[in-house]
Amino acid sequence: MSKIGNYLDFYSQALQIRSHRNEVLASNIANSATPHFKARDVDFNREIQRHVKEGPLQTTHNVHFPTQMSPLREKLMFRQPINPSLDGNTVEMNVEQMEFSENVMRYQTTLQFLNGRITGLMSAIRGE
Amino acid sequence: MAEVKNIFDIAGRSMAAQMVRLNTVASNLANAGVVTGDKQSAYRAMKPVFETKFADALKRTGVSTVDVADIRTVLREPERVYMPHHPEADDEGFVFRAAVDENEEMVEMLEASRQYQNNVEIVSTLRNLMMRTINMGK
Repeated sequence: MSKIGNYLDFYSQALQIRSHRNEVLASNIANSATPHFKARDVDFNREIQRHVKEGPLQTTHNVHFPTQMSPLREKLMFRQPINPSLDGNTVEMNVEQMEFSENVMRYQTTLQFLNGRITGLMSAIRGE
Repeated sequence: MAEVKNIFDIAGRSMAAQMVRLNTVASNLANAGVVTGDKQSAYRAMKPVFETKFADALKRTGVSTVDVADIRTVLREPERVYMPHHPEADDEGFVFRAAVDENEEMVEMLEASRQYQNNVEIVSTLRNLMMRTINMGK
């Protein structure tokens, strides 16, 4: 991977996991009235650590081809309900909304960091 | 059925399902208190049956939305009321009042509209995020 790509890789990965988590939480909220639906979630810390550890394959020789691994799949887990409901649905609106707003906030933060890095690169390229 | 791809599919279809629910509530409330002369033709409350619709690429994305699988009538008997002067009354002087519980319908209406609002909120939040992401690096 290119140097610039490497420089931005961590935040781009974090952004991808956050965006995927947003979709999963939106699915939970969409299904808040469906009987027997089980809420699911992504453990961000675990996924980002898994990415840092397992990342793309390293090349140890200059004739090796860099291997683009298929993007890591995030593992979804089921949420433990605090107050289980009679219809078997484990979506709790307060929990989901809190998780969603936290995730949105963290997404924006990651985006801000990424923007900072890009701005830094741009000023280095311009040499002003 | 179309594939569930992104947040607009997830929230949009959930909103459509909640809209069906609101429509059934509206018909039920409109028919509440209506009386007829025989039991068969009396109105019975309708309820939608929600079902989770998983994305085709569920293993990879894990997202799902909701669809209305069916609309059923509630198993509740119309109330038999003694109204001998009513023009629709049967030989014994009884009429049948629609099997609709107004309180239940009001609760249902509030819940459906709240869930509709939640979906709208999610779409507008994520749309903002997408716009910011598009403007990344500017």
